[in-house]
Amino acid sequence: MSDTDQTAAPAAAAQVDPRLILAEGGVRGYLREFWRRVRGGELGSIPVVVGLIVIWAIFQSLNSGFLSPSYLTELSINIVATGMLALGIVFVLLLGEIDLSIGSVSSACAAIVAVANQTWGLSEGLSILLAVAAGLAMGLIHGFFFAKIGVPAFIVTLAGLLGWLGVSLWVLGKTGSYNLTNSNGLIDLLTNTYFEELFWGYLVAIVVAVVYFVISLRGSLARRRAGIPARSVTEVIIRSAVLAVVLLAVAVVFNQARGLPLAPLIFLAFILIAGFVLNHTSYGRKVFAVGGSIEAARRAGINVAAVRISVFAISGTMAAIGGVFYASVNRGVTQSGTGQQILMYAIAAAVIGGTSLFGGRGSAFSALLGVLVIQSIAAGMNLLGITNYAQYMVTGIVLLAAVVIDSVSRRSQKASGRA
Amino acid sequence: MLALRGISKRFGAVQALADVDLEVHAGEVVALVGDNGAGKSTLVKTIAGVETIDSGVIEWQGRPVSIGKPHDATNLGIATVYQDLALADNLDVVGNLFLGREIRRFGLLDEVEMERRSRELLDTLSIKIPSVRIPVASLSGGQRQTVAISRSLLGDPKVVILDEPTAALGVEQTAQVLDLVERLRDERGLGVILISHNMADVGAVADKVAVLRLGRNNGTFGMRDTTQEQIISAITGASDNAVTRRAARQTGPEGEK
Ligand SMILES: Nc1ncnc2c1ncn2[C@@H]1O[C@H](COP(=O)(O)OP(=O)(O)O)[C@@H](O)[C@H]1O
Ligand SMILES: [Mg+2]
Repeated sequence: MSDTDQTAAPAAAAQVDPRLILAEGGVRGYLREFWRRVRGGELGSIPVVVGLIVIWAIFQSLNSGFLSPSYLTELSINIVATGMLALGIVFVLLLGEIDLSIGSVSSACAAIVAVANQTWGLSEGLSILLAVAAGLAMGLIHGFFFAKIGVPAFIVTLAGLLGWLGVSLWVLGKTGSYNLTNSNGLIDLLTNTYFEELFWGYLVAIVVAVVYFVISLRGSLARRRAGIPARSVTEVIIRSAVLAVVLLAVAVVFNQARGLPLAPLIFLAFILIAGFVLNHTSYGRKVFAVGGSIEAARRAGINVAAVRISVFAISGTMAAIGGVFYASVNRGVTQSGTGQQILMYAIAAAVIGGTSLFGGRGSAFSALLGVLVIQSIAAGMNLLGITNYAQYMVTGIVLLAAVVIDSVSRRSQKASGRA
Repeated sequence: MLALRGISKRFGAVQALADVDLEVHAGEVVALVGDNGAGKSTLVKTIAGVETIDSGVIEWQGRPVSIGKPHDATNLGIATVYQDLALADNLDVVGNLFLGREIRRFGLLDEVEMERRSRELLDTLSIKIPSVRIPVASLSGGQRQTVAISRSLLGDPKVVILDEPTAALGVEQTAQVLDLVERLRDERGLGVILISHNMADVGAVADKVAVLRLGRNNGTFGMRDTTQEQIISAITGASDNAVTRRAARQTGPEGEK
């Protein structure tokens, strides 16, 4: 939304306040616009992309195995479980709320998958559906207590953190751990499928870039027809080309290892769907509105309670899906569930990726960027043999940096009110 | 257009409004003034359907109507801009203008159409905003006020009620908002009820001033032949004497048109 170029249509010029730094065409215009955004706190995903490049450069210089195709492929699969949780958390953060339960929910749902399949004899597909439904139900419960009873989300989901952890241990029972090693079973296939023929990766890259190009071009032309500022065709072409190059590069890397992995593809699909819902549907607009001003949302006739409940339901559902992927990657479930840190990593990922803790600002894409940063740090340090405590400390510092950027940009956005 | 006759409203022991009359015609700005606690906001809320009246009649275009909920008022063509604008700071101007009534195409937000109409609306009102695509958080107070007023115009109302639109604004921004109020009256032919504490604002745009004091009418003045002192004394009741009452009597009938 905010990255629309205001330079193209002459109609814009009439409306622009003369005191405003006028958007100009050409490179100079872009640089000025960029600088204005830096000062206005509208940086979007620039800091995190830069951060990611720096992190990769550092680890690559310390160990040349880091950017190897096989290690990057592994990284792309390992981000998915945490990434799914982070994607759910993005919705919650957009409301300006927090969901502390997602780690336990994902543990409980991973346990449900294992037990449903191994003990109750359900098919793998049904087990997954059951687990996802359970996550949805857990989220609905949180949402109900938060939106209808008025218990702060922090407390409701703290209760959820404890309660669902108990449930997950109870579900696992005396056996305590289950293996899910049925290769060619659905659960295993989720994270162990590779499209080995070289063309798959290139095909997906090209198709995505072309679809992006067509949609952007149509949007640009429609805006032009309506006489409102639009991206120039050149800009659309450049953006699409950059996207194509990045995606093809990723495909090349995958192809040098085991081919295009399925898991990150599914994650990407979830991100695109979530982004689409947030930016192009009334529902998404409602989520942003409630996160921006509850009073404004209410007066506009938005059912605030329904939005809140639905968002916690999304968060629970995504946690369940993350739990399923976790069980798949680890080929089983133990009493430690999806682990202690997955909650922190997921929240940190969303914030690092650029979703504000204060509500109302963020994107689905931030889940991908943030989780890449977090998992890159973890993977890089593992590769270097750095111990756990240092990993935690570094991740903590990165999270703090992200929150500082968030807070500062929020402040400067308020302060840069123009005219 | 809109006429209130003998409106009363009671909150427990507080008689917030007692037998209040108010009229606003198309193409007319009526200023509603009064001290703190005089009942201005309560009166507005009864018109807007936020509060229901205990007794009295609300007439709309000559016919009595009942306004039980905000929706009733909106449906009649009464739009209200409250003092706390209730804009979503994180959404851009277009998002705020169309919040809760987004234009959709095939079930999806039609951003192009919403942006086009936003620009059109702001253009016809000569509202200057840097861009309709920046978050309203980065707009000035005056610009935010004009966005809130524009938002109320999307439903094509016939009467617009503005609760203290200039209270928090500087000189230049106040002028912008007052300009807009004049355009609502002159170009769109709307009836405007303007609540204000600021006598200069009232003097600048109002055609008629209705004074509330302790929940009762304390005179309606035509702007042309009334001094600010007369209005102020009606507000404060400081000189609630023959002179002011006489002035009220003389201008009263003229104000009723
Ligand atoms: N919801 C309410 N409950 C009880 N008393 C109220 C309520 N709303 C307003 N009042 C009282 O009604 C009187 C008029 O208030 P108000 O309309 O807000 O005045 P104004 O807007 O002119 O300053 C005040 O004495 C106020 O305390
Ligand atoms: Mg008031």
